Amino acid sequence: MTDHGYKGPEPFARSPVTRREGITLRVGIDLVPIAEVREAIEQFGDRYLDRLFTDAERAVCGANVDRIASRLAERFAAKEATIKVLQPEDGVTYTDIEVVARPDGSSALALHGPMGELARKAGLTGSSLSMTHSAHYAAAAVVAVAAEARAKS
Amino acid sequence: MDQTELAIRTIIGQFGRLAADAASLDDSSDLYEAGLTSHASVNVMLALEDEFDLEFPERMLRRATFSSIATIRD
Repeated sequence: MTDHGYKGPEPFARSPVTRREGITLRVGIDLVPIAEVREAIEQFGDRYLDRLFTDAERAVCGANVDRIASRLAERFAAKEATIKVLQPEDGVTYTDIEVVARPDGSSALALHGPMGELARKAGLTGSSLSMTHSAHYAAAAVVAVAAEARAKS
Repeated sequence: MDQTELAIRTIIGQFGRLAADAASLDDSSDLYEAGLTSHASVNVMLALEDEFDLEFPERMLRRATFSSIATIRD
């Protein structure tokens, strides 16, 4: 799991939450039709790309037209899955949730600005991301964990 | 129906990818129940910004904003 070093008070109660002694899990998942991403790129171009994705995310997706839509769709699904975990009340800047590529080829989440603060307030200490796509759909799942601080006896 | 609502319905019909015909929806019909996905709501938002020459502030990029024709119009 990626350790974001989040420390804070109790997590939100409204998202899908599983609690065991000392550990709280949250999960989010999202499914994206790749055709909608392709349509957005064709119709709105850089307005769409700049609004949703960071420069680094766009660089990873490369220049191949067929691959761009499916990779961006995966990343959008990851952002939406993260939103379901964090449950922001004040709106979202999509680029505050960033999918970063690890050297081993896997992907992780980096949270910036208000999204990072929200995770800290929720006491989330780590997260794990998985993405996938088929010919027509992309999906992502995010699991986040909040480890409750234990009082010393 | 005023011009604003007509434009909103047209955009939802074009970009919302709903299972139902946008013209048949009530003002208060839940668009997510009608098939609006999270990504399609982004496409709808960008089209609305083009149509009305405005930009939605980040605080309005919430699920509730695009939940019905009435909430979009308001």
